[in-house]
Amino acid sequence: MTDFPSPDEIRTEELLITIIARLVEGCRLVSCGASSPIPGGGCLLARQQSGGAMQVNVLGSRLNNLMTNGGVELFDWAAQGRLDAFFLGGGQIDGQANINLVGVGDYPQAKIRWPGSFGSAYLYFLVPRVILFREEHTRRVFVDKVDFISTPGTSDPEVYRTGGPYALVSPLCQMGFDKVRKKFHLVSVHPGHTVEEVLDNTGFAIDVPDHVPETVLPDRATLNIIRQQISLEIAETYPRFAAKVFPEAVNAA
Amino acid sequence: MTGLIHDSVDSLAALIPDGAKIAVPADYTGVAMELTRAMIRRGVRDLYMVCLPVTGLQGDMLIGAGAVKTNETSAVTLGEFGGAPRFQAGIGDGSLTIKDATCPAIHAGIQAAQKGIPYMPLRGMIGSDVLANRDDWKVAQNPFSEEEDPIVLLPAIKPDFALIHAKKADRHGNVFIGIRREVMALAGASRQTLVTVEEIVDGNLLRDDTTATGTLPALYVGGVAEARQGAWPLAFWEEYPTDEAHMASYVAAARSPEGFQSYVDQYVTGGARAAAAE
Repeated sequence: MTDFPSPDEIRTEELLITIIARLVEGCRLVSCGASSPIPGGGCLLARQQSGGAMQVNVLGSRLNNLMTNGGVELFDWAAQGRLDAFFLGGGQIDGQANINLVGVGDYPQAKIRWPGSFGSAYLYFLVPRVILFREEHTRRVFVDKVDFISTPGTSDPEVYRTGGPYALVSPLCQMGFDKVRKKFHLVSVHPGHTVEEVLDNTGFAIDVPDHVPETVLPDRATLNIIRQQISLEIAETYPRFAAKVFPEAVNAA
Repeated sequence: MTGLIHDSVDSLAALIPDGAKIAVPADYTGVAMELTRAMIRRGVRDLYMVCLPVTGLQGDMLIGAGAVKTNETSAVTLGEFGGAPRFQAGIGDGSLTIKDATCPAIHAGIQAAQKGIPYMPLRGMIGSDVLANRDDWKVAQNPFSEEEDPIVLLPAIKPDFALIHAKKADRHGNVFIGIRREVMALAGASRQTLVTVEEIVDGNLLRDDTTATGTLPALYVGGVAEARQGAWPLAFWEEYPTDEAHMASYVAAARSPEGFQSYVDQYVTGGARAAAAE
């Protein structure tokens, strides 16, 4: 029997890392972008579980850097079709999977200004599994319509597009996206949360199947790998994140 | 000053006239922070700042000091320390003209200039508001396709100056950049590259394959000055980490124009920088 810890033993970050690792399973090359400690942790866990079949590029890392031709190489991989999965966040994400990383209000003099679009306006078109990830699940993030389209969720048929939204992961649930219907659907709800809570905190309409399963927790062995190994690997690039989420491992090292 | 080697970072900063188009790299490449402070001391104005492909503290400080008229970038962020306060303020009051881009589009514009061609085609972007707000970018039919295949064309980006910090340079002005190949594109695209280094070394970096493969040849370089801890308070390669306490104090100070000004008085025009870095 697989040994499963109880939900209250598992930190939200650990659950999210586990879900992300499942979503990139089977990929040959994955990368995370800037400000992405949890996606980075998920990729490193997936690599560990792949037994060496997966290569992982962590932006900003020395030990998990695969690029020798400068920062542009990640984008070249994407256009070459080599990059199988990537992660995007968003100050706002809407029901058609449009992403806004720029700001709230009229452009350019936004009321609230975020950093900017980074590589999203390109990678979303070219990476088959783009996983949308936010640590905040509220109606101010998941809106009916974004104020600025940093990158669109879908494109007209004449537009070259080999990539797009594959899943959405939040602290409440996991969703999938139907590109034809241009709509998200609920895949699973994390233990301790409910479908009603997801709907109450989502500003766009989603499809909800009759039976929504509970998200499967990491088993004991996976949790140990996250705490003992992945924690330290991600600390190289995200020391502040690691110190906050994995103080035991960081202090012991 | 001997050849390309300047005696001081302030002498390097004096080369940059008001209104210049400057190109600056992301934090991982090596940011010339001491040169940035020297530019603010000199009071440079009306810069067009291109970021390859994003910026952080360097851009925020130049914007806060009123040195930047236009910023072409894919993002401005202080990473784990949060949003860039003076950038946000400049957007909010309309004093900063922003040309929002996406990372590979800036790389493509720089690569076009590096190759001496007028533009570079690039996938993606169609249907985004990034593209919709850039009247200097065009969408054209792929001339090699029989079918409808729109693709974005990015004009060459030709900076007057690229500004970087690197580990070492020799006295001929050759600069060791290691694995950071984006510097080659940046330097090739720019009229000249101004460089600060941790140390100036004897010998010639081009003589040996192990250094020559990671060296920016002096022909691209407009001037070099030694600046130990020259990326402080940012991390620099594997040489030193981010000064986290200092970054936190910057973020707190820069929330208001007055706080930013007192930070500048203390660390840019005042003498606190040397003491804090050592």
